[in-house]
Amino acid sequence: MNDTGAALPIAATGVAHESAELHVSGRAAYTDDLPEPLGTLHVALGLSPVAHGRLRGVDLDAVCAAPGVVDVIVAADVPGVNDVGPIQHDDPILADGVVHFAGQPVFAVAATSVGAARRAARLARYDIEPLPAILTIEEALAAGSYVLPPVHVSRGDAARAIAAAPHRLSGEIASGGQDHFYLEGQVALAVPADDGGMHVHCSTQHPGEVQHMVAHALGLPSHAVVVECRRMGGGFGGKETQMSLFACVAAIFARRTGRAAKLRLDRDDDMVATGKRHAFVHRFDVGFDDDGRILGLDLTLASRCGFSADLSGPINDRAVFHADNAYWLPDVAIHSYRCRTNTVSDTAFRGFGGPQGMFAIEAVMDEVARALSRDPLDVRTVNLYGTTERNVTPFGMAVEDNIAPPLMAELARTSRYRERRAEIAAWNRESPVIRRGIALTPVKFGISFTATHYNQAGALVHVYSDGTVMLNHGGTEMGQGLFTKVRQVVARELGLPLAAIRVSASDTSKVPNASPTAASSGSDLNGMAARDACRKLRGRLAEFAARKFDCAPETVEFRDGVVHAGAHALPFAELARSAYFSRVPLSATGFYATPKIHYDRRTLSGRPFFYYAYGAAVSEVAVDTLTGEHRLLAVDILHDVGDSLNPAIDRGQIEGGFLQGWGWLAMEELCWNGRGELTTHAPSTYKIPTSRDWPDRVRIDFWPEPNREETIYRSKAVGEPPFMLALSAFHALRDAVASVADYRLAPRLDAPATDERILAAVAELRVRALR
Amino acid sequence: MPEPIRFLLNGEPVEVAGVAPQTTLLEWLREHRRLTGTKEGCAEGDCGACTVVVAEAGGAGLDWRPVNACIRLLPSLDGKAVFTVEGLRQRDGSLHPVQQAMVECHGSQCGFCTPGFVMSLFGLYKSAPAATRAEVDDALSGNLCRCTGYRPILAAAQRMRELPAAAGWRAPGRAADGTRTIDPEEEQIAQQLGALARPGGLDYEGAGQRWIAPGDEDALAAACAAYPDATIVAGATDVGLWVTKQHRGLGTLIHTGAARDLARIERTEAGLAIGAAASLADAFAALDNDFPELHEAWERFASAPIRASGTLGGNVANGSPIGDSMPALIALRAEVVLRRGDAKRTLPLEDFYLAYRKTALARGEFVARIVVPPRGEQLLLRAWKVSKRYDQDISAAFACFALQLAGGRVASARIGCGGVAPIPARARRTEAALQGQPWSAATAERAAQALAAEFTPIDDMRASAAYRGRVLGNLMRRLWLEGGDGRAVTRVHDAAVSEAPR
Repeated sequence: MNDTGAALPIAATGVAHESAELHVSGRAAYTDDLPEPLGTLHVALGLSPVAHGRLRGVDLDAVCAAPGVVDVIVAADVPGVNDVGPIQHDDPILADGVVHFAGQPVFAVAATSVGAARRAARLARYDIEPLPAILTIEEALAAGSYVLPPVHVSRGDAARAIAAAPHRLSGEIASGGQDHFYLEGQVALAVPADDGGMHVHCSTQHPGEVQHMVAHALGLPSHAVVVECRRMGGGFGGKETQMSLFACVAAIFARRTGRAAKLRLDRDDDMVATGKRHAFVHRFDVGFDDDGRILGLDLTLASRCGFSADLSGPINDRAVFHADNAYWLPDVAIHSYRCRTNTVSDTAFRGFGGPQGMFAIEAVMDEVARALSRDPLDVRTVNLYGTTERNVTPFGMAVEDNIAPPLMAELARTSRYRERRAEIAAWNRESPVIRRGIALTPVKFGISFTATHYNQAGALVHVYSDGTVMLNHGGTEMGQGLFTKVRQVVARELGLPLAAIRVSASDTSKVPNASPTAASSGSDLNGMAARDACRKLRGRLAEFAARKFDCAPETVEFRDGVVHAGAHALPFAELARSAYFSRVPLSATGFYATPKIHYDRRTLSGRPFFYYAYGAAVSEVAVDTLTGEHRLLAVDILHDVGDSLNPAIDRGQIEGGFLQGWGWLAMEELCWNGRGELTTHAPSTYKIPTSRDWPDRVRIDFWPEPNREETIYRSKAVGEPPFMLALSAFHALRDAVASVADYRLAPRLDAPATDERILAAVAELRVRALR
Repeated sequence: MPEPIRFLLNGEPVEVAGVAPQTTLLEWLREHRRLTGTKEGCAEGDCGACTVVVAEAGGAGLDWRPVNACIRLLPSLDGKAVFTVEGLRQRDGSLHPVQQAMVECHGSQCGFCTPGFVMSLFGLYKSAPAATRAEVDDALSGNLCRCTGYRPILAAAQRMRELPAAAGWRAPGRAADGTRTIDPEEEQIAQQLGALARPGGLDYEGAGQRWIAPGDEDALAAACAAYPDATIVAGATDVGLWVTKQHRGLGTLIHTGAARDLARIERTEAGLAIGAAASLADAFAALDNDFPELHEAWERFASAPIRASGTLGGNVANGSPIGDSMPALIALRAEVVLRRGDAKRTLPLEDFYLAYRKTALARGEFVARIVVPPRGEQLLLRAWKVSKRYDQDISAAFACFALQLAGGRVASARIGCGGVAPIPARARRTEAALQGQPWSAATAERAAQALAAEFTPIDDMRASAAYRGRVLGNLMRRLWLEGGDGRAVTRVHDAAVSEAPR
């Protein structure tokens, strides 16, 4: 048997996305494209116009009387539990007694058409007694308003180390939230089953959780609900928990009316009523030596969580876990505040707090470098973790696989970082208006769910008697290429061409209790589970072939659709057929649980991560000091994907993650007015990057080393880590701004670095430089 | 018996009756025809997931343009040919080169935006034999992708030319040397459209709502006089949102798009006369010819599909304070010709705007054309938009400077501004600070200070009032740096920046 599959390159090649041809021809069906059962109702939500208030009532007479309206529900109409909180139980489906943010669903209306439902939803009259609203992190900190208690992680004596250090500085910097802006909005279609059960088609990263939530909302056992998702039109974390509410509303109507019910949010409702990336305020007090080596750090990470906990606990935990990024922090205290505000409950978004943690420490590096008039890369380099010493994180995990130092050195060399920095500084001296900037930043991102029990996966593989294979696993496809990669794994294990393997929709009736497809873990977990199933099948088939052809089972090989057993070679299909007639079971489940991980949720200590994924990027930008307009000019990336399962897909994740990160840091601005209403709730006002924002000069290389841990074919997770490579671009912007004060001072520049913020930072820096 | 709407869908004739005229093309495709390849991402023409290509009879063969189906009203397709992603596969079932290139370049991840990108690229395939990066960006300016970072899509835009050319109407529209090529099948479609043409326009009624699309300007004038309370709709790039976002019933609609004489662009003694129904794309192409300095402003105006559907007359008549054409037109001394019945009157464009969203239009009156006078000698002309994003964004501030220089002095100055006042406005105090002064750094600085203080803009999600004022002043400083004796690099998009040593 070929155990490594080395002769079968299928699982390491850049094959196209399994649905590529369906995508480009418009045939790929998303939830809203499925044929609707006859009489399907369409649902719209009535959203709170007030950020915080006592809900005395809502007059729905006009809603009920509107043309086409069939049914209307409020909180009291939820037959089971009115809650979709994934961890805490503080997330009502429909507001009950109190409204907690402007945009919170208060009621829902089902009508015979989408238009009828949406028009009717606007006819409600709310009776809400306004209460004081907490809208910002600062207000929440002042009021001690938290969704979860603060968490403190420390090592040594940060205060003493800071006080004793040769240099000390402190400051504050903020990073904004981010809307997922998946192109396909939230959508759920609930179809009642004949036995009182419910079948829900929806766009979700976590069908299993939607199943449980719908069951709770309907007061049904889990087995009565099936949730299915063939593909999403993008997720990015925005469909990890957020779908539950919409699926429950659709299912309640389906239950009440006996008709299928579909809830598709329009873009504005989607942006107003669903959670986003957490905005953070970062405060630091740092002591360092003449080389910029950090001796002591006191860091406060305060996030806006919105009105409920949702996933804010683990997200803020991950921010703490990444506040070191790739750096050794000897004496350190990290304080994490999870602020409760009267805004939409913020949620998972690619990086899951990691970007915000890294944002903080990279800002500290930049501040330290400017204070010492040093190249920020030098300061970053002296602070990197060691490999055998200085290699324990603030939460007590040894960094065993540190490749950041050689990776950064290699990137600095191939990108000509030093030469370019000198050229840019010279160029800037001759350019009064346009300033260029450059920065190199690393990424070290921990792979595994911090919720240890999520680090498991199941798969189901059928071999039919004609030799074709049906693959199912608990992961979901949101565009990241998971289905493509796992299909490659199956092809490699069974020695079959891809065409012999069909992928199928995520379905809670096939693989139970599946974890969300999140935390970059999809391929690691589901690839291993599928491999496990395939190896069971291959073992049975090998034994069968060995008996039949009188050879040892371990000598049977599966290659290119042919099975080699002793002197015999026969098509896989033929073996499958004869195995069927010989009553060999041709279906297998596979399972995987990530080894080595453990961690104490109360103290945030232990080994939460199986391994780290690394990368680094050099970005170069130009800034207009008259308008603050800016442009990304060039990017060099060296990223660690281990032994790539699919280089084309991995490259796609790197590119897409990077530009999404640039959007977060430099373009996308969420605005709320004084009443707590989101004013950027459509692409007309919320601007994500367009093709023109992709820089002219880009070089992307993979770090040529397999994962040191035994993952699926020694690959590494790639979904989230590249997002944080964009920190290099943010620091390039800061570098360009810093040029106006000859690089001696750090700019006061928060993210997103909009034109307006950059212009303000330039002006402030010029004033400060005169002092 | 009212006439049905008639058009071609993926080459096949269709007739539509009984559907409300304010139905969008997207709703009709998805819900009435079950053509679900065309997606709704935003329902406001900002994301491009709904992009289709619409062809109409042009001078030779067809004129192919990308269109946002989500806000395009169905009856406005009467007499046109609509192509959706489902129609793009070739006769033998193989993928179109645009689709094949997207597959080969890994241009789709989640795939939801992909049909829209495919159709925008198809529009490009039909309109140009090759495209630079900037031209591709422009063609994709109305399409958002959240997954890929766009690099593989940009690669596909090049790769599609390297694949064997498609045949029939799907064939490239231009030969390698740029000459227009018209496949017989395209010619046939043009003839079919000819047969569908209605010189008298379309009078359609569906679900109790009426759509009047008069066939010429005189008939339009009569219709507007007869139905003064009707909503006048051109490309529906704003009116479409009243349907999809505000869920309004629009009552009787009068459409300008069938009045072909109203779409004419003519050079007259008075200047360039742009019919109100001329598309933004056509109007900007004509303006580019006379005022190439404005090209960047037009490139940044909305997106390619919006410029294909939207009209200059619509932008002017709508009177939004953040419309980008008016500040430039005001600086260029444009006049607007209004018509009511047979009566016509002409106003300087700046006098057309009375207050926030209030124009000088009387009941039953409509904008017939915009006349831009010829440019003078020694005109220093620039128009700059400042917004969070280069493409498809709304101005935080817009300024157009038109300085007539003579003998080292500013003989006259006109500055049109947008985004900083309730109406598109002239910066009259700044103009006065420039008028008759030597064109010098000192004058420019005085003007910059005046311009920064000229308006009292608002704070909103696009920018603060303080930023708007400051940036207007700085645009005046930029004008001096570019138009005075300075040699500084002034734009992040300058080649001097992208080609700097590295």
